[in-house]
Amino acid sequence: MDMKSLYLTVPLAPLVGAALAGFTCRVAPRWFSAGVTILGVAISLVASLLVLQDVLAGHTFYGNLYTWATSGNYTFSVGFQIDTLTAMMMCVVTSVSLLVHIYTIGYMSDDDGFRRFFSYISLFTFSMLMLVMSNNFLQLFFGWEAVGLVSYLLIGFYMNRDTAIFANLKAFLVNRVGDFGFILGIGLVLAYFGTLDYKTVFDAAPSLADKTINLVGSAEWSLMTVTCICLFIGAMGKSAQVPLHVWLPDSMEGPTPISALIHAATMVTAGIFMVARCSPLFNLSPTALSFVLIIGATTALFMGFLGMIQNDIKRIVAYSTLSQLGYMTVALGVAAYPIAIFHLMTHAFFKALLFLGAGSVIIGMHHDQDIRNMGGLWKYMPITWITTLIGSLSLIAFPFFSGFYSKDSIIEAVHFSNIPGSGYALFAVTASVFVTTYYTFRSYFIVFHGPERWNDAAHVAAAHAHDDHAHDAQDAHGHDDHGHEEHHHGLQPGDKPHESPWVVTFPLIMLAIPSVIIGYFAIDPMLYGSFFDGVIAVNKGMPVMANMEEEFHGPLAMAIHSIQTVPFWLMMAGIVVTYYFYMVKPSIPDALAKKFSGIYKLMDNKYYFDAFNMAVFAGGARKLGAFLNRFGEATIIDGFFVNGSAKLVGVVAGIVRHFQTGYLYQYAFTMIIGVFALLTLWFFTT
Amino acid sequence: MNPYVLDLITASPEVLVLAMGCLILILDLFVKDPSHTSTFVLTMLTLVGAAILTLFTSTGEVVYAFNGLYVDDLMGDLLKLVLYLTAIVTLFYARPYILQRPDLRRGEFYVLMLFATLGMMVMISANHLLTIYLGIELLSLSVYALVAMNRDSVASTEAAMKYFVLGALASGLLLYGMSMIYGATGTLSIPEISDALVANASNPTILIFGLVFIVSGLAFKLGVVPFHMWVPDVYQGAPTAITMLIGGAPKLAAFAITMRLLVSGLLLLAPDWQGMLLILAVLSLAIGNLAAIPQTNIKRMLAYSTISHMGFVLLGIVVGVVGGDARFALNAYSSSMFYVVSYVMMSVAAFGVIILLSRAGFEADRIDDFKGLNKRSPWFAAVMMMIMFSMAGVPFFIGFFAKFSILQAVVASGQIGLAIYAVLMSLIGAFYYLRIVKVMYFDEPIDESPIVAPMDMRVLLSINGLAIALFGLFPQTIMSLCAFSLLRSL
Amino acid sequence: MLTLSHFLVLAAVLFGISVIGLFLNRKNLIILLMAIELMLLAVNTNFIAFSHFLQDLNGQVFVFFILAVAAAESAIGLAILVVLFRNLSTIHVDDLDRMKG
Repeated sequence: MDMKSLYLTVPLAPLVGAALAGFTCRVAPRWFSAGVTILGVAISLVASLLVLQDVLAGHTFYGNLYTWATSGNYTFSVGFQIDTLTAMMMCVVTSVSLLVHIYTIGYMSDDDGFRRFFSYISLFTFSMLMLVMSNNFLQLFFGWEAVGLVSYLLIGFYMNRDTAIFANLKAFLVNRVGDFGFILGIGLVLAYFGTLDYKTVFDAAPSLADKTINLVGSAEWSLMTVTCICLFIGAMGKSAQVPLHVWLPDSMEGPTPISALIHAATMVTAGIFMVARCSPLFNLSPTALSFVLIIGATTALFMGFLGMIQNDIKRIVAYSTLSQLGYMTVALGVAAYPIAIFHLMTHAFFKALLFLGAGSVIIGMHHDQDIRNMGGLWKYMPITWITTLIGSLSLIAFPFFSGFYSKDSIIEAVHFSNIPGSGYALFAVTASVFVTTYYTFRSYFIVFHGPERWNDAAHVAAAHAHDDHAHDAQDAHGHDDHGHEEHHHGLQPGDKPHESPWVVTFPLIMLAIPSVIIGYFAIDPMLYGSFFDGVIAVNKGMPVMANMEEEFHGPLAMAIHSIQTVPFWLMMAGIVVTYYFYMVKPSIPDALAKKFSGIYKLMDNKYYFDAFNMAVFAGGARKLGAFLNRFGEATIIDGFFVNGSAKLVGVVAGIVRHFQTGYLYQYAFTMIIGVFALLTLWFFTT
Repeated sequence: MNPYVLDLITASPEVLVLAMGCLILILDLFVKDPSHTSTFVLTMLTLVGAAILTLFTSTGEVVYAFNGLYVDDLMGDLLKLVLYLTAIVTLFYARPYILQRPDLRRGEFYVLMLFATLGMMVMISANHLLTIYLGIELLSLSVYALVAMNRDSVASTEAAMKYFVLGALASGLLLYGMSMIYGATGTLSIPEISDALVANASNPTILIFGLVFIVSGLAFKLGVVPFHMWVPDVYQGAPTAITMLIGGAPKLAAFAITMRLLVSGLLLLAPDWQGMLLILAVLSLAIGNLAAIPQTNIKRMLAYSTISHMGFVLLGIVVGVVGGDARFALNAYSSSMFYVVSYVMMSVAAFGVIILLSRAGFEADRIDDFKGLNKRSPWFAAVMMMIMFSMAGVPFFIGFFAKFSILQAVVASGQIGLAIYAVLMSLIGAFYYLRIVKVMYFDEPIDESPIVAPMDMRVLLSINGLAIALFGLFPQTIMSLCAFSLLRSL
Repeated sequence: MLTLSHFLVLAAVLFGISVIGLFLNRKNLIILLMAIELMLLAVNTNFIAFSHFLQDLNGQVFVFFILAVAAAESAIGLAILVVLFRNLSTIHVDDLDRMKG
């Protein structure tokens, strides 16, 4: 088959599936919706694998397929750039998406929105593929907004639930902030490069490296720095970096499969992908890289802390996602783009695994998400237990697991870096190792080991609703748990958790495999081999990758060597501490929380980000809006412009229509008047 | 080969339509079937056949025939193909409508449609003042008869009378202008007129005198202010199926003769006719959009909307030559052509929806008849919404790109003020389009009866509506066709 | 000696009369039809005059076509008039005012 049509197949197959499922969502039987979308994504996966094989054989592609619009000197096209980075992303997206599709059959089996859901996730797959396959910023932006759109649709999937709608609105608004920066960045690119095509822009970038622009007054700003920071603000929104991270924990209102697909494995990594794609631009601005680094390090550490005190099984994984995204951003900040992409890939697998595992637990617990109601599940859900353990070990970077290779590489890369902020970043990512281990194993121990708490879950469920959340500063902002009370029931007295059906466990097993092995096999080619040659620009000023290559002696040696390093021992300490806290003496955490109640309160309120946003931005915007409404809208705009001009138009229109009297002779007269007017004008003026 | 045979081959689409028109007229006498299905099928086949002939005789070059009376070029071929398509779609939409009305349910309807189509084809391919005149008259005479076909309707006959008198007046104006041009240049052939102007062998006073009358005649055909007075009355009075015919395809032919007469023939006078058309365009944009607002009859509203659309088309023609510099001409003229094509597409669809809602003894031509359409048929409410959005110029429907490319051409010519004016007027125009959308979605239906329409019409109308949306996403396909055909023709 | 201008002025006067007939006449539709015919005759005069003074036959051929078309046009015009009269029982121009505004 012609390669171009193969490339086209990859995004179009899920789109067709989404359309078929979407347009028939009122009438078609369930198996049809699930069937067409799974078929579409499966075709897409096969095509992606073929593309990857082709790319590995050295055939890349860069070209436009269709000219969408031409405006003056600017041409906007739809095109593909197929190289190793794209091919890898395509495979990750389609494979995780396929597994999530299959998983959904089991997870959503008793939900009314079954067909709608399938349509959405297939549409998401299409959008994400358009995003990664794009060869220009405009299509990137299209994909960017399209994945955002589906994400909003899915966060608000349970549209009768107030909390879901609130989370939905929040995600939308926060992403507006990011997209504002992003589109400014794209605008700068268009203004100064005259095109949005990657290749042209990246080729021309070095010649504009020293260009400065005036933003405010006469201060000179480096064009590259401003552009990169603007683009990165977009990434901060999409990839949930501090301070635009607030939407991601709330996005857990959506069904669990999309938490795995969108809010862990793929969409939230779009920002990381974008920065890696734009590496030729970011390399030209050390300032922007420092900015990226500091934001990433802050996210990695401080969002990890929050994960330590959560009680909702999905929220723990959500905060862990934030923290891991922080890691990837740190890798970008030290110009180690391949490592960021490498971690993106391993993280996609093990985090999807953890989310789906959490979803399986939630099914087993009859849609109860509070880990304090769980315990000892290993007996009842063996497959979920083992696969979650594998995912957890990968997440905490246990040697030989995938996560180990990517995360340790990041820590090492920071170690080799010397740009401003790298000292802080090194501290943050190292300390995060302990934090990661703590929240991961805390959740693991509580859920799968220890006493079987669901027997007395009933009264706990009643209690936690207020003791946990009564303090919420924001009235409108409820937690997911609130909404659940009218929805789910948890286990009835006497019920036992049970293992999930095979459509749920099969994806878990399929995801567990790459979570274990892909790091071992991929680290050498991806980080030190020629996989990304010519795709991701090498930063000449920061030879981090080169330094690391000298130290690297194969994946086996790396794992063995790690035993002598600080991160390894921090991780071991984490496991031991968690075991002691939650298995041996469960009273300690509560005592600590009481003792450091100030810090606990700070963390429980998520550093007051939400409160701040609600008070300052939302409140301020509302006050400003009220003011403008009263003064500007009511009197000036409505009173004068809108109603005034509407009245004027209405009056004029009323007059104009009376020219049309209906009398034939008057019509003829008008025409003759027209002729004479033209004659007069032309003979008297010329 | 005998040169006359070659001529006949070049003009074979016209020959076919003429021969078939006469044949169908006779054959129809023997048709007993009251629905005249065989006539309908034959008419369709004729149009398809003409399309095939047009495609096959198209050489991509400019070919003259009949001693320069007739020209076959890519612009003509493209416009003719759109014309056939429009005629076919119009007939499909019209069929259920005329079947419900005994006065219209006659074979003459199809024959007159064919002759009107032939008139437009002749106009499109005219290369001589005589051919232009004959084409116009063939179209006009057929359409007068069609408008009056609903013999018992007072509105229809009144509209026919008004159309006839004003149309004859316009013909007179155009002929008077032609005679002046003839007197000034000594020739009737368009290329020779152009040559005579270049050779400067003409009397400027007579020339300008003639130009004013020619522009007036063309303006009547396009229906722009102040030669627009017939448009609202005829649109409202004519049976909807005929209104659809008047509101759609003839604009293509009018655009073609405007291009041939003014751009091919009188290009040297561009500063003069551009100035005249500018006045007409500015007036049309204002009056068309303003007078549409208080209308309660949707056909009348669409009539005023047509006037404003034609104002937009003129804008593209107005900015072709800037200070003797024709660099932007191709861009400007192809924007106009794109606008005409997209307008025809939207207009036919809009009248199609009106026909869809009509039934025997009931014309859904009041805006109130659209109230609550969403409750009666969500899909066709959505189709109508797409049409209205497209006409209003909402991105990303085809109408948006039509307006956008015209505005781009206007800005390129340096007339920013004109562009701003056009945008303001379209803003005012958006009001009455959106009002239709509003009544469809937010008002309670007055008429609750289910929609009766044959499947083929529903499907075609859906395709038509979707095409408006789809070509809005891929405007470049039509745009580049227009630009290419103009490039090879002018 | 008659010059071209004489003929042009004559044609212009005829044209003017016909135009005035079109919009000054508020009574009878038949007069409208006559005015239209007169207008075409004015055009014909123009064509013939130019044809003669330019020594070019094309103009006269055009006149033949105009005459032929004018006949067809009158036929249709009168037919519409008949239908109109059947419906309204009047041929007053003033009565054609159902549609306006």
